Amino acid sequence: MSRLSHPTGSEGAIDPDVDLHVPAQRAETAGRGKWRVLAAISAGGVLGALARYGAVVLWPGSVWTVFGVNVVGCALIGVLMVLVSEQGRGHALLRPFLGVGVLGGFTTFSTYAVDVARLLERGEALTAMGYAAGTLAGALGAVWAGVAVTRAAVARAGAAS
Amino acid sequence: MNWLLVAVGAAVGAPLRYLTDRAVQVRHDSVFPWGTFVVNAGASLLLGVLTGALVFSGTYALLGTGLCGALSTYSTFSYETLRLAERGWTFLAVANVGASLLVGLGAVFLGFDVARGLVQ
Repeated sequence: MSRLSHPTGSEGAIDPDVDLHVPAQRAETAGRGKWRVLAAISAGGVLGALARYGAVVLWPGSVWTVFGVNVVGCALIGVLMVLVSEQGRGHALLRPFLGVGVLGGFTTFSTYAVDVARLLERGEALTAMGYAAGTLAGALGAVWAGVAVTRAAVARAGAAS
Repeated sequence: MNWLLVAVGAAVGAPLRYLTDRAVQVRHDSVFPWGTFVVNAGASLLLGVLTGALVFSGTYALLGTGLCGALSTYSTFSYETLRLAERGWTFLAVANVGASLLVGLGAVFLGFDVARGLVQ
């Protein structure tokens, strides 16, 4: 449980937003670079949230729209983190912009929790449990699949080159 | 108009998640992702208040869809859960799921009660 049990590279990170066990991420708010990181997160968050809002405007009135948003966002974070964290590819602002910003802003836990609570209050316990468990299963399955497919593609590309 | 309000709320919410996550990790060094747990619970509480108080659509777009939506995250939560399981911390992975769901839902109901107390 201590910091010592961690590898020091980003491949050991648990938290994709920021993991202070990773020295490079610990240092990314030092000095003036802090504002570049925060601006990248903010801009990404705006794009992600607008995409989520657009999906709800396009397909209103059902909790399954947010289900779809969350599942897609989880698949994409799996792809992104393999490339950025495990492979160390891309610009230093890619994780803040795409991971923390776009995908963090796109997916939402609070709307999920409120929708489950509202279904429970309306006495629709079965739908509430189905939605709660369905999102969880869909999200975890999607992130697993995103990671697995990307790792396999990276390994194949590495073997071919 | 609501598009702009969602954008403004999210412009604050996403960096607020990042800064809160860092602040929690600085104060509490742990493998368990307490930072994400805290932002998700906090955003659920605030969204519970906003939903319970039946605020105007503009307020909801700014603080609900924008701020709470960007402050909370499902992608970070699910990736962390996968990583905990991959690294062999199965108990922590299960605890992350259970605690996030229970506390998130509890926070929403608390928010409903707070809002209804304020409105009445």
